[in-house]
Amino acid sequence: MNEERDTENRFGRLDFKQSDDTIIIKLSGVWKIGAKIPSFNKAKNRLESKSGIQCIAFDASDLTGWDSALLIFLLKIHELCYQCRIYMEMEGLPRGVQRLLDLASAVPGAEGAGKESVSVSFFERVGTSAIDLSKSAVEIVDFIGDASLSFIGLFRGKSGFRWSELFLIIQETGVQALPIVSLISLLVGLILAFVSAMQLMMFGAQIYVASLVGIAMVRVMGAIMTGIIMAGRTGAAFAAQLGTMQVNEEIDALKTLGISPMEFLVLPRIIALVLMMPLLCLYADLMGILGGLIVGVVMLDLNVVEYYNQTVATVRLNDLWIGLFQSSVFGILVALSGCLMGMKCRGSAAAVGDAATSAVVTGIISIVVATAIITVMCNTLGI
Amino acid sequence: MNEPEARIMISDLTMAYGSFVLMRDLNFIINRGDIFIIMGGSGCGKSTLMKIMIGLKTPASGQVFYGDVSFWETDSLEQERIMRRIGILYQNGALWSSMTLAENVALPLEQYTDLSSSDIMDIVLLKLALVGLSGFHDYYPSEISGGMRKRAGLARAIALDPDIVFFDEPSAGLDPVSAKRLDDLILELRESLGATVVIVTHELASIFAIGNNSVFLDPETKTMIAGGDPKKLLAESEDPRVRSFLTRGKEGSQTK
Repeated sequence: MNEERDTENRFGRLDFKQSDDTIIIKLSGVWKIGAKIPSFNKAKNRLESKSGIQCIAFDASDLTGWDSALLIFLLKIHELCYQCRIYMEMEGLPRGVQRLLDLASAVPGAEGAGKESVSVSFFERVGTSAIDLSKSAVEIVDFIGDASLSFIGLFRGKSGFRWSELFLIIQETGVQALPIVSLISLLVGLILAFVSAMQLMMFGAQIYVASLVGIAMVRVMGAIMTGIIMAGRTGAAFAAQLGTMQVNEEIDALKTLGISPMEFLVLPRIIALVLMMPLLCLYADLMGILGGLIVGVVMLDLNVVEYYNQTVATVRLNDLWIGLFQSSVFGILVALSGCLMGMKCRGSAAAVGDAATSAVVTGIISIVVATAIITVMCNTLGI
Repeated sequence: MNEPEARIMISDLTMAYGSFVLMRDLNFIINRGDIFIIMGGSGCGKSTLMKIMIGLKTPASGQVFYGDVSFWETDSLEQERIMRRIGILYQNGALWSSMTLAENVALPLEQYTDLSSSDIMDIVLLKLALVGLSGFHDYYPSEISGGMRKRAGLARAIALDPDIVFFDEPSAGLDPVSAKRLDDLILELRESLGATVVIVTHELASIFAIGNNSVFLDPETKTMIAGGDPKKLLAESEDPRVRSFLTRGKEGSQTK
């Protein structure tokens, strides 16, 4: 019985009564969100079917509950009355409903506030993208130019940054990156050794695992893995730091003091990363070789001295220089992409997140492209 | 009685973002020693106007004169010389988060003076004391409250004893007591430093408490529609938009 009453109470009802040029809408039951209430279209059709109506009034004496659902319905009726030039008499509505309706219709919608959906043709989109691309290319060149000028200024004895800040960044980008570099490089060394061991064991040439791991790590993998780790770790951090400073007007504060943000913020970050990357790369090389050694000793029954001798005999000094050179280049690329994205950041916290993401993506892409170019160059030069 | 000396003059200034014109035909004068209020509703371009005045954003057209020098037409050395005499308090303080309060206040002094580090430290401690932050010199911005950050920002803004101090929404985000304290501080510093103060705000309490000259920017007409002493504007202005703003919508027409 109770259930039946509940179901009945969850219904809103709508009845129409006409007297002369006035139509009275009788609202009864529950007009709440989630309750079953008559649709506006039903009411609209009924109202439009009647001719000569000058006024709409309401009778809410049997209304047992209401919320925003009733207000939405009444606002639509109000809009319909406005369009059909019919007077809407709200006296019969509960006092709260009247007040809320007054409030909702007090401030008219701002002209032109709505966003216009403009359909853009394919060619226009291509053109706009091309223009944006050229603008960002100019921005990148501009940024690199500014960074280079600041760097040249450093050699003229004009350092626009604080040395204590540089040492702090060196610590953050160098020492504090050691754990992650250790883990990743050790595992890369292990993986390289393991994969190559499976093949080389078939020919009884396990000893060449040392050569393979040594050359791969020292010449390419050490630099690439360090570069990618630093792009994800430090490049993103640079972008987020500078982006937040941009959003918090800290960079504006520097500019208005006549301090170049390029010299004060960007230059120490580039210097720190360029100094630390070769060292981290060297460390990554050693950790990778250690990973290979572990596989060699544990899986392939190689002797530590034997493994060491084979590595030393195979890895040339040129390989080491090329690896270190690559890591310096990656350092510049990661620092530039991180700082560029941070400095370009405008507006909000979301923009800081976007800047960090772009910094990582740009950093990794530029590392891969630079590796390809350096590899081709080395091949052409025969080194 | 001597005529007041014009310190900053805005002449036929138009501000725009790309092709979207924010304000046009702005013309007003800020006299030496004024506490000048740039007022208007949210989003009308007050902060942009300040950015143009302090050299952070280029105007679409028009001039900003400091004395006889047109800021946007002079060379970079002269611009730097003008900037050297300006202090700015940004809306959120804009303190450099990686530095302590002392380092924040010290940086302009290190940049522009040849003082020894002990002399700089003396000045830093004095400026922090002036804004009521004695003993907080070793704190980082993240370790202090919003009101304290604003006061530290003010200490940095006055580090070089500037002739002109700009404030961007100084009372924003502060409780009424802190806002009143900051207003009092602005008045005291104006009296003691003799600086010209330019404040961007829409806080009526501050406007009437400290302002003695103003310009009212109207987003509807995209230009200034009133200017002068805010208290006089309240008493005498008949423009419904100005009255509505200055009376919190109790009088005049509430524009969209």
